[in-house]
Amino acid sequence: MIILFYLSSGLFLGWSLGANDAANVFGTAVGSRMIRFKTAAIVASIFVILGAVIQGAGASHTLGKLGSISTLAAAFTVALSAALTVFWMTRLKLPVSTSQAIVGAIIGWNFYTNNPTDLNILTKIVSTWVSGPILGGIFSVLLFILIRKVNQKTKIHLLYRHSYIKFGLLIVGAFGAYSLGANNIANVMGVFTTAITLPTIDLGFVSIDSTQQLFLVGGIAIAVGIITYSKHVMETVGNTLMPLTPDAAIVVVLSQALVLFIFSSQTLSNSLQSIGLPAIPLVPVSSSQVVIGSIIGIGLYKGGKEIKYNILGSISLGWIATPIVAGIMAFIMLFFVNNVFKQNVGTNNLIETKIKVVKGAATTINISDSTYTGINQTEPIVNDSIINKEKLITQRDTQSASKTKLIIIWIELLIIIILAFILIYYLWFRNKKTNKLKLEYNLFKEKTLLKVGSLKKRIVEKELRQENLGKELKFRQNEMVTMAMSIIQKNEFLENLKREIIKIKSRVSDHETRLGLNKLSLMITQDLSIDRDRERFQLIVNEQSNNFNQRLTDRFPKLTDNEKRLIALLRLNLSSKEIASILNISPKSVEMNRYRLRKKLQVEPKTTLNDFIRKF
Amino acid sequence: MSVLFKNVKQLVFDIDNYIDTVEQGTLVFKEGIVNYLKGEKSSFAEKIDTITQLETRADKLQRKIDNQFYHHSILPQNVSDIEIMLDKIDELIDISKDILYQFDDELPFIPKELVNDYLRLADASCEAALTCFPATRTFFREPLKVRDMLVKVYFYEKETDKLARNIKRKLFHEMPDLRLSEKIHLRYFTLHIETISDKAENLADMLSILALKMSI
Repeated sequence: MIILFYLSSGLFLGWSLGANDAANVFGTAVGSRMIRFKTAAIVASIFVILGAVIQGAGASHTLGKLGSISTLAAAFTVALSAALTVFWMTRLKLPVSTSQAIVGAIIGWNFYTNNPTDLNILTKIVSTWVSGPILGGIFSVLLFILIRKVNQKTKIHLLYRHSYIKFGLLIVGAFGAYSLGANNIANVMGVFTTAITLPTIDLGFVSIDSTQQLFLVGGIAIAVGIITYSKHVMETVGNTLMPLTPDAAIVVVLSQALVLFIFSSQTLSNSLQSIGLPAIPLVPVSSSQVVIGSIIGIGLYKGGKEIKYNILGSISLGWIATPIVAGIMAFIMLFFVNNVFKQNVGTNNLIETKIKVVKGAATTINISDSTYTGINQTEPIVNDSIINKEKLITQRDTQSASKTKLIIIWIELLIIIILAFILIYYLWFRNKKTNKLKLEYNLFKEKTLLKVGSLKKRIVEKELRQENLGKELKFRQNEMVTMAMSIIQKNEFLENLKREIIKIKSRVSDHETRLGLNKLSLMITQDLSIDRDRERFQLIVNEQSNNFNQRLTDRFPKLTDNEKRLIALLRLNLSSKEIASILNISPKSVEMNRYRLRKKLQVEPKTTLNDFIRKF
Repeated sequence: MSVLFKNVKQLVFDIDNYIDTVEQGTLVFKEGIVNYLKGEKSSFAEKIDTITQLETRADKLQRKIDNQFYHHSILPQNVSDIEIMLDKIDELIDISKDILYQFDDELPFIPKELVNDYLRLADASCEAALTCFPATRTFFREPLKVRDMLVKVYFYEKETDKLARNIKRKLFHEMPDLRLSEKIHLRYFTLHIETISDKAENLADMLSILALKMSI
């Protein structure tokens, strides 16, 4: 039960890792509704646990080399300080990674217990933080080129392509979850592996050792995080952070999975060593940072216009800020656990080992004294004991010197704390400022969009109104032309009729018939001169040309009514003959009137009268 | 593997079937117009029955396709665009059916001098729609090639416009014997037939944008 209590901080760290980092694997697929959350959660949970149990040892071993935390209380405190750092920095919206937090917390423990930090191991770890995202970027570019080539070469139906991508996202997601479990379980349970030893469980076909049992528990914690909280992250952060196409999503997830797999595969590292290449450092890497690296890789391949380069600055700040904050927090918490709760948080491993050696030697001297028989063979033992006593004295001197060193460390720590606080304050202040600017920008954007929208609406309305007016005008013009035509036809018919009557009249001798024919001829002449249709037509023409007439009168005030009527008919594109018929005058008169009009309107010789009127 | 893609296989089949149905509808429309213009009444009635059946089938298929897209969450990011595209395809058969019914109900009088013009108009307008269908099929397989295929659609649409304008000009300028009501009636039928090519142009615009979107 007490073990479970101590493990709780690691389990909390595992839960938060599952809740946040699963979005890197299945975020786009779930956010774009390609895969249902239920399916994603089940697959991710199973493969995270498998990855943790089967392949989690490599990265955990490297963390152990950085600081071998020997007591349960220390492991609990280190994991808790890492978890709190992640929680706190996430709340402040600062870039944070579990991998970097746990490394910082272990270094904090090293400082507190006065254990030396292996600089080679630390360099190895820090180099992978930088190389991880770069490698992710390289992989993503290569895979993106490959997927594009395949798309261009093959003529797969869009829907089949979608299905393949969907299936691929599930497979790649499973691989991503496996790699996440294999690589990041070290963050969750790595610090407990040396502090807790559990009996091996033999299931007959397979046996699970102490470390694997711990990783199983850690894997389950990650799975619980995925099932209980990652849906929210996948649907919000997962999709808004990386609005990727499904093709790009597959590439990003696969690149991330490959990077995490490479940095956790002992077999791959051994294989490389066997062919004479350097071994791969097995280190926990931040999956979020690898994902960002992969997205930037694709962005650079596409031309680099859409990349927000400030995100690179955030990652770099995260590399520095997270370990410092976690280290300081671990140091302070270890101090409290050690001095307030009186828990053993570990000692200097080197001194302890040496003291053990010395104690062993002293025991040998006592045994030698009590069983001393004067035999020469015992001389070396006596000599050894003298040497050991000298070493003990030297050790005491070293301890007093270490006290002085401790004071110096305290001062150094104080400076680091102040620097860290300044850094955090700077990050927090910058973040706040960015958020404020973002808010102002969004407000401005919204306002502008609204304005643009209303302007567009007005333009569309105006265009529509103009179009309708144009249609109406065309219709009216057609109506006028049709009416003019019917007047012309009717007048032509009446003229013909009149001519025929005159012809018949010349052939007829009967007086009464001649009188009747005369009457008919007169009626036709009257109808031709007092034509109601023509009057109506004139009225419509005047009504339609109201504006035009006004403009005409303004510019040429000396125009007569007859001339204005002629202009209106010319506007309808009627010929002189047609106009003559409508106005009941001869075509010659129309031609003459046109000539006079041309003079009055001062039309240039190159322009025709019709063009001048139409363009007026 | 085939079990995994069973739904997609069915959907692909349904989409192809849907496009075929609408294409068939356009051909039936074209033949129907020819029948009307040549006075083949029984064949015309037959065409109306066929196009009604085809339109019903197309509607059923469209609903089925809609359901499959949403039910199986296929192409969730592009489904709305594809739905709009399918709607535009459906408009072609809907309008074709409506026009044939209008011919049947209103029995427009078409003077002999204009029969050939109307035949050419119907041919060009339907050709614009018929060129759209291969482009739609290509959109699902090779989006990059769609834009090249749509050039013909724009050409036929312009041709249809020209032919329609000629008919209207003839009606109002060269045919004094026709009554104004007849002219206006025929003018509307010219406009109806012209609508097919306009709708085809709308579909072509949508296809070219979608193809571009898919290839990014």
